[in-house]
Amino acid sequence: MKSFAVRPPRWAARYGPPALVFAAVLAGWEAYVRLRNVPAYILPSPSRVLETLFTDRATLIPALLVTLKTTFAALAAAVAGGVGLAILFTQWKWVERSFLPFAIVLQVTPIVAIAPLLLIYLEEPAAVLVCAFLVAFFPILSNTALGLASADRNLVDLFKLYRATRWQTLLHLRLPAALPYFLGGLRIGGGLALIGAIVAELAAGNAGKGAGLAFRISEAGYRLNIPRMFAALALISATGIAIFVALSALSSYLLGRWHESAAGPER
Amino acid sequence: MTEPLVSFQNAGKMYSNGTVALSGLDLDVQGSEFLTLLGPSGCGKSTILRLIAGLDNVSSGTLTRDFEQDHASIGFVFQDPTLMPWASVFDNVFLPLRLRGFARNKASPAVNEALALVGLASSGGAFPRELSGGMRMRASIARALVLRPLVLLMDEPFAALDEITRFKLNDDLLALQGELGTTIVFVTHSVFESVYLSTRIAVMAARGRAVAEIAIDVPSPRGMDFRTSSVYAHYCAQVSRALQRAMDGDLA
Repeated sequence: MKSFAVRPPRWAARYGPPALVFAAVLAGWEAYVRLRNVPAYILPSPSRVLETLFTDRATLIPALLVTLKTTFAALAAAVAGGVGLAILFTQWKWVERSFLPFAIVLQVTPIVAIAPLLLIYLEEPAAVLVCAFLVAFFPILSNTALGLASADRNLVDLFKLYRATRWQTLLHLRLPAALPYFLGGLRIGGGLALIGAIVAELAAGNAGKGAGLAFRISEAGYRLNIPRMFAALALISATGIAIFVALSALSSYLLGRWHESAAGPER
Repeated sequence: MTEPLVSFQNAGKMYSNGTVALSGLDLDVQGSEFLTLLGPSGCGKSTILRLIAGLDNVSSGTLTRDFEQDHASIGFVFQDPTLMPWASVFDNVFLPLRLRGFARNKASPAVNEALALVGLASSGGAFPRELSGGMRMRASIARALVLRPLVLLMDEPFAALDEITRFKLNDDLLALQGELGTTIVFVTHSVFESVYLSTRIAVMAARGRAVAEIAIDVPSPRGMDFRTSSVYAHYCAQVSRALQRAMDGDLA
């Protein structure tokens, strides 16, 4: 007699285990708070955090939008600046020799140390934007520059053989070859832009006008409104996850048919 | 006798790190011949192809090419297929035409013809990773042929393929040469492959010294009858002895 094993669908096998772990952690957290009667100002339960997300939406949603606006503006600027500078690095070595040390200096200097200075010289929204840009910029620059320089040597020779112009080589060879590297940098930069925005908003603190989510966390902390702190934190985490998932989906879409990192098994 | 398409006269090549790849090379490539460069690793075979292609320049002596002014006259096939993984097979074959300024729709007939020549007429939409090793090499050959070059340079193109695929591609390459009349300069380590494909074999020793030039006087098309004949075995033995002399450094 034949027996047939029932296999779960692929999506269930992929997303089931982490979803179960997440649900178990939330359930354990909820149970602990309820059974031990932990007050909300010490540790709010997940259901209370969810409730706060709804009741405080008039405060939290505008703050989320401000943080999102800063994050995406910084990421867009980092992409334009990082890719643009990486192209210049590849085309003219003297540009790389001239500018790379400054890019490294900005990368290795902690953003929390730069933020107070920027808040002196710039208006608060601009300072926050610059902070988020600075942390997102370097991974995009370094990954893209690496990718542009990593084109297959034989293909470079082939382009030389066919007398390709510098522009043709960039457009048809170096940029496509750099795409997987760029997307890797973009995924890192996306997360870092959010972190940079949050850190800068926290550094802005009293100087800020209370716009972003980080400021709402600080403000709720001063008022011992712990459920709102958790609610704001949950929104930040959800935003970070959404950015990562969106950029991973973009990466799969663009690389799906040809790159090992995104494609299925080859023939 | 007609002028050779390519002529090395006492040519040498020294790289910037001091490595001497070629020294005192005298070699002619005649039109429509299938010349194989056979020799041990590092004897300068690939350097000769790069010099013919214009990817490097000789350091001493002279290299004359009959087709100096028109670079579309050269096709190059590397040891690896060297396809652009992000582009379809069609776009890979379209590349030489695109770089010469042809629009996609205008180049389409030439690309499709090149694909048909190598038996990939129905695979234009596939991506390289979706093809087998042999099909990738066919795509690489189609790209090299799309401009209908005068000279096709092939640097150990079948080295990484299994024996069955290699035999098939050997036959297809000979058929293509018969159809197009392209001059082929082919690099290999295989005595058997060199005898099967070539009209002439230049056996090379270190630094590009030609130890022997052996004409394979067998008409095309060649097939399994030739592979299993005593004539083939005789040529293989002759080339093997010359190769042994090259490896021993015996120029006598």
